[in-house]
Amino acid sequence: MSSVLFDVPGPRARLRYRLFAVLGAAVLLALIGFVLYRFYDSGQFAPRMWEWIQYQQVQIELLERLGNTLKAFALAALAAVLLGAVLAAGRLSDHAVLRVPAMVVTEIFRAIPLLIMMFLLYFGLGSAGFGMTQFMAVVIGLTLYNGSVLAEVFRAGVASLPRGQAEAAYALGMRKTQVMVLVLLPQALRAMLPTIISQLVVLLKDTALGFIINYEELLNYVKYLGTQGQFGRPLVPMTIVAGAMYIAMCLLLTWLATWLEKRNRRSKKVVDRGDRDVEKVVLVNAT
Amino acid sequence: MSVLTNYSDLFLKTFGTTIQLFLFSAIGSLLLGTLLAMLRVSPVPVFRVAGATYVTLLRNTPLTLVFFFFAFAYPLLRIAQLDPFKGAVVALTLYTSAFICEVVRSGINTVPVGQAEAARALGLTFGQTLGDVILPQALRSVVPPLVSTLIALLKNTTVAAGFSVADAGSIAYVLSEDGADMLIGLSWVAFFFVVLVFPLTMVQRALEKRWSVAR
Repeated sequence: MSSVLFDVPGPRARLRYRLFAVLGAAVLLALIGFVLYRFYDSGQFAPRMWEWIQYQQVQIELLERLGNTLKAFALAALAAVLLGAVLAAGRLSDHAVLRVPAMVVTEIFRAIPLLIMMFLLYFGLGSAGFGMTQFMAVVIGLTLYNGSVLAEVFRAGVASLPRGQAEAAYALGMRKTQVMVLVLLPQALRAMLPTIISQLVVLLKDTALGFIINYEELLNYVKYLGTQGQFGRPLVPMTIVAGAMYIAMCLLLTWLATWLEKRNRRSKKVVDRGDRDVEKVVLVNAT
Repeated sequence: MSVLTNYSDLFLKTFGTTIQLFLFSAIGSLLLGTLLAMLRVSPVPVFRVAGATYVTLLRNTPLTLVFFFFAFAYPLLRIAQLDPFKGAVVALTLYTSAFICEVVRSGINTVPVGQAEAARALGLTFGQTLGDVILPQALRSVVPPLVSTLIALLKNTTVAAGFSVADAGSIAYVLSEDGADMLIGLSWVAFFFVVLVFPLTMVQRALEKRWSVAR
C-alpha cells in the first residue's frame, strides 16, 4: 500500500513500523487503562451505580426523553429542509428583490451561535410577551440555523451542475421554473442527499443544546437522575449511556449518508462534478 | 440602546472571556488535530485505528454532552481538578480537534500520489517531500475549511455559558437576574457575534476563491 506520504515499506521500514505498532499499542493501552482505572477507582463500575438501568420506570422515562430529543429532531429536520428550500429558491432567483433578502437572512442566521438564537427565542421573546415553550425555542432555533445552512447546500448543489444542463433545457424551450424543477433540482437533490443527511447529523447533535434552556430531553434526564441519591448518583454511568445513544443515532444517520453516496457513485444518473463543492459546504458547517 | 450602555462593562468582559476561550481552544485543537491527522495517515495500523476511533466518537457526540461530562461527571473521577474555564477549554479542544483532524487529513489526501512518487523518484528525503512538495499543495485545500472550523469553534464557545463560564452567552443570565430587557440585550449579543464571525467568513471565502486549484 502506497499513500501520498509513505512509500511501500521495505524490510527495514516494516520492522520499524512493527516496533512503532508495539510501542503505540502499549501507550494507548496504558492511557485507556488509566482512564478505566480512574472509573473503577472512583467506584463508577460498582454494581450499585448501574442498578438504575433495571427499574422499569427509569427505562420508560429514559425512552420518553429520547423520544423528546427525537421529536425535536424530526420536526426541526423537516422544517429546516423546507426553510432551506425556500431560502435557496430565493438565493437562486433572478430578481434581486428576492435574492438579496434571502442572502442576508442565510448569512445572519449562520453567523449567530445557535445557543444565542435559542436564548433569544426563549428568554428574549419570552420577556417581550411572545412566550414559547422550550420545545418551540429548540425547534425554531434549530430550523433557522440549519435551514440557512441547507439553503447554502442546495444552492451549491444546483450551482455545481454543468451549465450545459440548464442551457440544453432552455434550448428545448422550457421556462425558468421548468428548468429548475424538471432538470436542475432532480439532479442536484440526488447529488446532495448525502450532504443533507450529514447536516441532519449536526442537527441531531444540536438538539442537546436544549439542555441549557431546560428542554426536557435526554441530557436533562441524565442530570436529573444522575444526581438522585437513591440510585447512588449514577451521573458517570448515565453520561456514558447517553453518549452511547447519541453516537449510535448519529452513526446510523452517517451510515445512511455513506450508503446513499456509494449508491450515487455507482449510478450513472448522477453528475459527478459537484461533490467537491458540496463537500466543502459540509466542512464549513461541520461543527 | 440603554441595555448596551448600562452593561458595557459586562459585554466587554464576557466577550473578552469568549475570545480567550476561543484562542486557547483554537491553539489546543490545532495542535491536537494535527497530531490526530498524523496518526490517521501514518503507515502503522494501530495509530490509524486509534485516530479513526477518536474522530468517530467525538464527531458523533454533541458538544453539549462533552461539556456536560467535564462539568458534572469528570470531577467525580477525581483525576485533576479543572475550574469551569479550563474544563471548557478542554471540552472545546477535544471536540474541535476531531474536526480539524478530518480537515487536515482530507487536505493531505487531495495531493495526488504521483506528486510524492515523483519527489521520491527524484531522491528527495521524507522531510523534503513533505515540506517542499506535499504540504504547500495540501495547505491550499486545508486552510479555507480550517478557517470555517475555527468559525464554528468561535460560535461553539457560547455553549460554555451553560456550564458556569462567564462568556458572552452568560449575558443572558445576568440580564435575566437584573430584569433588564432581554430581547434587546440578546440581540446585541447576536449582533456582536455576527460582527466577529463575518470578517472571518470573508477571509475564508477569499482564501477559498484564491486557492481553489483545478485538479
